[in-house]
Amino acid sequence: MEVAAISAGGPPAASASRSRRRRAREAAIQAVITAVALTGIAAVALIFVFVAREALPILFDPQIRGEASLSKMFLPQVLRQGRPPGFMWQPVSSVPKVSMIPLFVGTLKTTLVAMAAAVPVGVAAALFSAEFAPRRVREVVKPVIELLAGIPSVVLGFFALMVMASALQAAFGFTFRLNAVVAGLALALTIVPIVFTVSEDALTSVPRSYREASLALGATRWETAWRVVLPAAAPGVLAAVVLGFGRAIGETMIVLMASGNAAITSLSLGDSVRTLSATIAAEMGEVVFGGAHYAILFFIGVELFLFTFVLNTAAGAIVQRLVRRMTASDA
Amino acid sequence: MKRSLLLAVALLAPAISLAGTTTVKGSDTMVILAQRWAEAWMKQQPAKKVQVTGGGSGTGIAALINGTTDVADASRAMKPDERAKVKAAAGVDAFETIVARDGVAIYVNAANPVKSLTVEQLRGIYLGDVTNWKQVGGPDARIVLYSRENSSGTYVFVKEHVLKNEDFAPEAQTLPGTAAVVNAVSKEKGGIGYGGGAYAKGVKELLIEGVAPTKENVLSGKYPLSRPLFVYTKGAPKGEVKEYVDFCLSPAGQKIVADVGYFPIK
Repeated sequence: MEVAAISAGGPPAASASRSRRRRAREAAIQAVITAVALTGIAAVALIFVFVAREALPILFDPQIRGEASLSKMFLPQVLRQGRPPGFMWQPVSSVPKVSMIPLFVGTLKTTLVAMAAAVPVGVAAALFSAEFAPRRVREVVKPVIELLAGIPSVVLGFFALMVMASALQAAFGFTFRLNAVVAGLALALTIVPIVFTVSEDALTSVPRSYREASLALGATRWETAWRVVLPAAAPGVLAAVVLGFGRAIGETMIVLMASGNAAITSLSLGDSVRTLSATIAAEMGEVVFGGAHYAILFFIGVELFLFTFVLNTAAGAIVQRLVRRMTASDA
Repeated sequence: MKRSLLLAVALLAPAISLAGTTTVKGSDTMVILAQRWAEAWMKQQPAKKVQVTGGGSGTGIAALINGTTDVADASRAMKPDERAKVKAAAGVDAFETIVARDGVAIYVNAANPVKSLTVEQLRGIYLGDVTNWKQVGGPDARIVLYSRENSSGTYVFVKEHVLKNEDFAPEAQTLPGTAAVVNAVSKEKGGIGYGGGAYAKGVKELLIEGVAPTKENVLSGKYPLSRPLFVYTKGAPKGEVKEYVDFCLSPAGQKIVADVGYFPIK
């Protein structure tokens, strides 16, 4: 740019004023971009502040703490006279039961099912598309999988509720038609395109020289893809998995429709589950503004926020270590 | 061009607010009924506008307290603390009008041979003490419980009248509407659910204590699980709100009650 300006000729004074103008423009653009980025960060920060502020009474308001203290949320409670204490979520009750444990278990179950189904499928599809597919096939496969991301989750939820639930019950003989497996597999449909797109980008950006070196040493295409390209793209693939996980934990509509929404504390994947996000969605409409139930729902929001935050931070650290190790072994 | 547009907006705005909109919010059980009322009412009085939304009785009453609705539909009576909140927020007492009666029907799958349950058996089933149909005279099959979200008036009604204020079994799956409950029970052989009688299609309604949820039994109160449907306003209804509530109680309004599948009170 600078060179072009000088070679274009003209008196030195004009060139100096032009470069000054250009510098001013650069500074303005930089300021605008910085402002946009800061707006994004500020929005996230303000959302967190708002959600946390609404949840705070749980820790400080004595009246609300009587109904929803931390021990009531996380330790087993007496539910009925003469029964062993347990965990129950039933916030609308003469004695509200607000245990978070069944909600954690439910969220964990659906998320694990979704990840177990979506990660292998998404990564394998990305590997196929990036390494093996002829260009023609790739040009069809990529947009089609990415189109899956554009289907509204309420449509996927309805599909899961009406079609998948009956099919899976017939196939596996579940007692409960709507359960963690149905909700998890429906969730997987939304996560596959995320995992696919991000991993595919990571795989295609591995330098050609890696593949050429591997093939020149006598490795087959499969060995090259599996032992060389995939490990080289590991940070990107891991980022894809983390993004998918974040989506799985926060997705609401699908689990609300397909999970049965029964807050059961059990390990069985065939039981109905109630997730944290679905609980907020189902109950927020009816709570009395500022009451204990209201604060608890916001507290769940804080928990979801913290989960994703911790997960992203941990994943970021791991990605950095991977990158460092790989660049170190390069040298 | 731009100025004339602004002028038009400025001229129209007061006209729109003058026309006035009565908002009705609350019970999902009553939302079909309220919508039919609103349609018929607006056909009769084209200048009036009535806007109906559901969400649950609790949602409607909360909206009445927060001042975001004129009329709250409820399928349960207002609780004392809710009345106190209305009084504190609006300075007047909540005004209750019974507009119809409803029987909470208990649904089972059409293939289920069980015909009748006692309230006590029903209580055992929903508390999770009775988990197999053979314990109440049916086939050897697991009972799959369907319930409503806790914002639903039907949920509170069943909790009070069947469970005597104890908690639903955690296994009870909560669904977002009576139609969803009916749909789920019609697909699940061992399923049992509850809801307003107006929705029972493709499922079997159980007799309770040997009494069917028929019109006579609900109106006479002989059917154990029957209830009034309420309309709440802040103070006695006035103006357009009063006209709307009066319409609900008029012969035309009560005919709609019967058409939708509830029981007219007049």
